Amino acid sequence: MIPEEIVRSPSWYESSARNRIAGVLDADTFHEILGPAERVMSPHLELFDLPPAFDDGVIVGRGQLDGKPVAIIAQEGQFMGGTFAEVSGAKIVGLLRAVTAAAGTPDGVSAVLLLLDTGGVRLQEANAGELAVSETVRALLGVRAAGIPVVALVGGRAGAFGGGGIVTACCSHVVISEQGRISVTGPEVIETNKGAEEFDSRDRALVWRVTGGRSRVLLGGADSYVKGDVASFRAAAARSRNAAPPFTLETMAAEQERLEKRLSSYGDCRDTPEIWARAGLADPASVPDIDDDAFLALLSEREIKHDAR
Amino acid sequence: MTPVELLTRLFPSGHEVVAGPFNTLAGRAILTDGAAVEVVGVTDGAPLSPEIATELAGRIIRIVQDGKKTPIVLLIDTASQRMTRRDEMLGLNEYLAHLAKVVTLAGLSGHRTVAVLYGAAAAGAFIATALAAQTLITIDGAHPSVMDLPSIARVTKLPLQLLEKKAETTPIFAPGVTPLAATGAVLENWSEADNFSNRLETALTLEASSDTRDTLGEERGGRKVAYSVALRVAAEFEKAAR
Amino acid sequence: METFTIRAQARASLPGTGRQAIVGVVASGNLEVLLERSETGDAVVVDVTTSARGFRAVWEAVVADFIARSSPGGVRFSIHDNGARPDTVTLRLLQGVKLLETQP
Repeated sequence: MIPEEIVRSPSWYESSARNRIAGVLDADTFHEILGPAERVMSPHLELFDLPPAFDDGVIVGRGQLDGKPVAIIAQEGQFMGGTFAEVSGAKIVGLLRAVTAAAGTPDGVSAVLLLLDTGGVRLQEANAGELAVSETVRALLGVRAAGIPVVALVGGRAGAFGGGGIVTACCSHVVISEQGRISVTGPEVIETNKGAEEFDSRDRALVWRVTGGRSRVLLGGADSYVKGDVASFRAAAARSRNAAPPFTLETMAAEQERLEKRLSSYGDCRDTPEIWARAGLADPASVPDIDDDAFLALLSEREIKHDAR
Repeated sequence: MTPVELLTRLFPSGHEVVAGPFNTLAGRAILTDGAAVEVVGVTDGAPLSPEIATELAGRIIRIVQDGKKTPIVLLIDTASQRMTRRDEMLGLNEYLAHLAKVVTLAGLSGHRTVAVLYGAAAAGAFIATALAAQTLITIDGAHPSVMDLPSIARVTKLPLQLLEKKAETTPIFAPGVTPLAATGAVLENWSEADNFSNRLETALTLEASSDTRDTLGEERGGRKVAYSVALRVAAEFEKAAR
Repeated sequence: METFTIRAQARASLPGTGRQAIVGVVASGNLEVLLERSETGDAVVVDVTTSARGFRAVWEAVVADFIARSSPGGVRFSIHDNGARPDTVTLRLLQGVKLLETQP
């Protein structure tokens, strides 16, 4: 028997990108652009003897959230690690540019929802993927400069790594669950390059303490923490759409201050419990162990809020 | 090429660019027509750390706050982002993104931004620095990359020799100026014999309000489908709104 | 990789009016199936692209069994497979026709 709460609201982590979209948007409002039947696929995977996907692992389109139009992008972390590549990246970039072009017109949207689930750049298409990340950053900031918030939703299997970590931090607002992970260089790559002494990637608790959702939201790398079900992500997306900082010089100056302060306050810490202790948390070692309700209560007590992203 | 040599060749009319903390440099320079530009940079192949990112971003924010819309030239010789547990714990992704955002904001605010890559840049550090400027120029000997081939071999579980052979037929994944230029990342490469100050002054006059790297990649044949896919998505977006 | 097409006749055409559907993901040990109601009469076409070479006979047996069970006439199945087991293939095919049948 499947528990009732799982039937009502499936896990974000376990869901496919298509199911996440269906769960985030109002029912039957999703209009996919360049859907699978268009067969817009990677021209490069064949060179590596790898099977392609009809959507190249990225689903883009329009829909509604609480009756208001939104643009939506979802990466499928199970296909090639949800990577940025020539086609998958161009779909993201094309949508973001179209959103900017439509800003202020009747075709405009109220927000862009970016459902990240990515290991970063697809190495089989490394140069195209790297450029796709850079183009995504520029197009995304164009959307924000046009006054439209971009909300990142992070809680998938592949996390938001590499260029995906950079793209996440370019968004107006970041929503994350306990299972969400954000980082640039993954623990395995650090271990390969610098040794297990620097970062033991098999120490899962350590990996989560460094990259996981709770640490990110406590430190300011994410803005909203949600339970890991699809309905919670939907509710947070709707809420945060109205609370996103504009992309301005003032916001960047505030972010500069926020990030400098973090470096001077915690730059000599070795592990996150050290940071939480210095930040005045009553029981820093318990942060990974308490349940989501207790963690949410802890967050609301501390009122971790900033308008600098 | 050392930063000192590079600065002399870029700005024969003079400059006040000096070394800053964490292998950075910054200062004003004068073009041959007397106009001023602001220079910021990374030297000595230093891996991009939170400290370097905040140093550079802080500089650029102050330049934008000045309100004079002075062109900004970024001189880049970095490596990958720094790979430490400490930096990742502190949210290196935010520091790299902050730098990319600030460089992009400068461009959107009317500052012409040109990056000159005179050494290395890789992975996330490449995205946050050289690729964040409106225009990227490389100098002979520059080495941009996403990941080196031995690391790609390790991650993709493909033999290195096979990757080296495939790299001869496609620019899509191999490191270096030539393949990256083919995909549209690099506007132009300057060779040792070029007149750097002339070429920089020409580059600074180019219009750069929109991102045309995918059209460049299509023209050069290194990224054949990205531009057309992005265009199709945009056309369908308009239709989907109806 | 290996690519081939299997053609067959079903007993009857698939009920419902859905035009296309997609199920599954090209993950390791998994596959995606794109279904399009594009064939005439009760014809069935199955286009297979698979990472595993040398299993065409197994695919033909799985498809024959599936067509006998569900009779999906008029449908083209386009498959990208990354080494899924036969029971996973059958599951996806059945999920696909159910989705296509019930779609508006």
